Amino acid sequence: MRLKQILMALILVGAGGSTYSQIDITKTTVAPGNTPPIWVSMSGLTGEAASTLQFDLYVQGFAFTNAAAAQYLISGSNNENLQAKAVDPHNQSTLVSKAYAGASLRRQVHAFADDFVQALSRKGIAQTKIAFKGENSPDSEIYVADFDGHNTQQVTKDQTLVAAPDWVPKHMALYYVSYKLNHADIFYHDLTTGARRAFARYGGSNMSPAVSPDGSRVAMILSKDGWTDLYVCDADGSNLKRLTKSPQDESSPCWSPDGKWICFAAKEKERRTLCKVPAAGGALQHIGTSGMPSPTEPDWSPDGKWIAFTAQYRSGFQICVVPAEGGTAISLVEGEDPSWAPNSRTLAYGRRRGGHYTLSLLDVPTKQYKDVSRISGISSQSQPSWAR
Amino acid sequence: MKLNKFTNLLVIGLVLCVAASGCKSKKPVGVTDLPAPRVGKVPDAGPGAPIKPDQGTTAVPGPSVPEGTPSNPANLHDGWIKDAEALKAQTVHFDFDSSVIKASEKPKVAAVADYLKANKGKAVLVEGNCDERGTEGYNMSLGERRALAVREELIGLGIGATEVDTISYGKDRPVDPGHDESAWKKNRRDDFIVLSPPAK
Repeated sequence: MRLKQILMALILVGAGGSTYSQIDITKTTVAPGNTPPIWVSMSGLTGEAASTLQFDLYVQGFAFTNAAAAQYLISGSNNENLQAKAVDPHNQSTLVSKAYAGASLRRQVHAFADDFVQALSRKGIAQTKIAFKGENSPDSEIYVADFDGHNTQQVTKDQTLVAAPDWVPKHMALYYVSYKLNHADIFYHDLTTGARRAFARYGGSNMSPAVSPDGSRVAMILSKDGWTDLYVCDADGSNLKRLTKSPQDESSPCWSPDGKWICFAAKEKERRTLCKVPAAGGALQHIGTSGMPSPTEPDWSPDGKWIAFTAQYRSGFQICVVPAEGGTAISLVEGEDPSWAPNSRTLAYGRRRGGHYTLSLLDVPTKQYKDVSRISGISSQSQPSWAR
Repeated sequence: MKLNKFTNLLVIGLVLCVAASGCKSKKPVGVTDLPAPRVGKVPDAGPGAPIKPDQGTTAVPGPSVPEGTPSNPANLHDGWIKDAEALKAQTVHFDFDSSVIKASEKPKVAAVADYLKANKGKAVLVEGNCDERGTEGYNMSLGERRALAVREELIGLGIGATEVDTISYGKDRPVDPGHDESAWKKNRRDDFIVLSPPAK
């Protein structure tokens, strides 16, 4: 009896301890969907400068209020060029105070947003880019844009189905699938020169390219051997290796930031699941998502801590995150195909309305989201890949 | 702690500021000149040329192992003439999230096999498609598996592997743009495109 009580006490202490350390962990990373925003106020900025700054900060976990309630006060002016500063009213310290010149006013505001966020020891994302699939039925092409959807540029003009862009980390280059040659092939496209080459043109379909964080390898789904399986090869196309061998489905590979693992959507015993496999080959490991139905389209956060994915409910699709080692998954907002920003807290994803998608950005800790600006003439924008 | 850190920053900032300029003005200092945008022009991609041949990494499986039949080289039927009408009546339909050929659909596959046997020298492209109730990434794989399932069935009926190509369109080529089961069941399908060698 007494022994049992002692054991119980020990277990409770143990459980309490682990709960406590978990709270510690969330302080240094993100508590998905459960973190209050940081309140800021803004004065002096007008028009596009004001709306641009509001967007930039909102999708990074800030919300706007009046000066009395704000944790940080942003003030400035935007007569032609931007001047702005951010002050912490509690200790009268100035975090940033700068004037900007060159490029566009939007770009100057993005630069200030990054300066402000970095002054709070965070990684700014306001000057990053995204690639995505833009559809004008029945064809689709690849586009790149600023992270907020502005300055869109069309990358392909294949006049067929082009999809699944994947941005080469730290390079102005993409991999994507194009049906240009009457076949689902993977292309490599250098965005600075416009030059491209067919990267994978194996028999059957060549799908879902995912380039490793160091750019040296590419994972993809091929049906060359008669099943849809996961393969990996070097960036020059050599050393092709088959990582799965199953008549079941494999789809949407992504890499761990250390380049050691490839995570993908699979099927085990007729249930869809997330798996990972060593990039060098080896045994598959299941990644638990605590009962989230039909997980697909995983993306591993650049800090290595989270895997975002799409869960499929009867009623629709949800963006979820789960610790990278598996565990309790958290359902955040309605949407599909998440792609992490370099800050490991904002996700780009597609929101479906009828048969069309709109791109949206989600700040995972606060669950704040906003649609990016749409391109005219394009009915659907989906499959975002964040340059990181 | 936090206050200390900011006080320190403030002090350091002041010292630097005074050292640099005397710091009389309260206006922003140090104009940040922005570099040109990182993306320049993205020129037209052009046709996208060199074709990488299949390097043949895997051995052909032995007959006792139930494995997939290797797909045909991507350019095997380049330039062949496509006919979407000849086998239009044989479009095979699938259950939700399934690539299993239902018993009710097998006679259609048999009819395709009969057609190919009666038309020697022709080939067929099996186009796998999905309804919209799946993610885009997942549906690309599912569409390919639907095409591969019919390919295996045709091979089982005596058709040569080199006579059957596959392609997946995921959910991007619906025949019915509707958002209900009557549309979805039409869209979960394999279409057959007859391929004829180009005239010499």
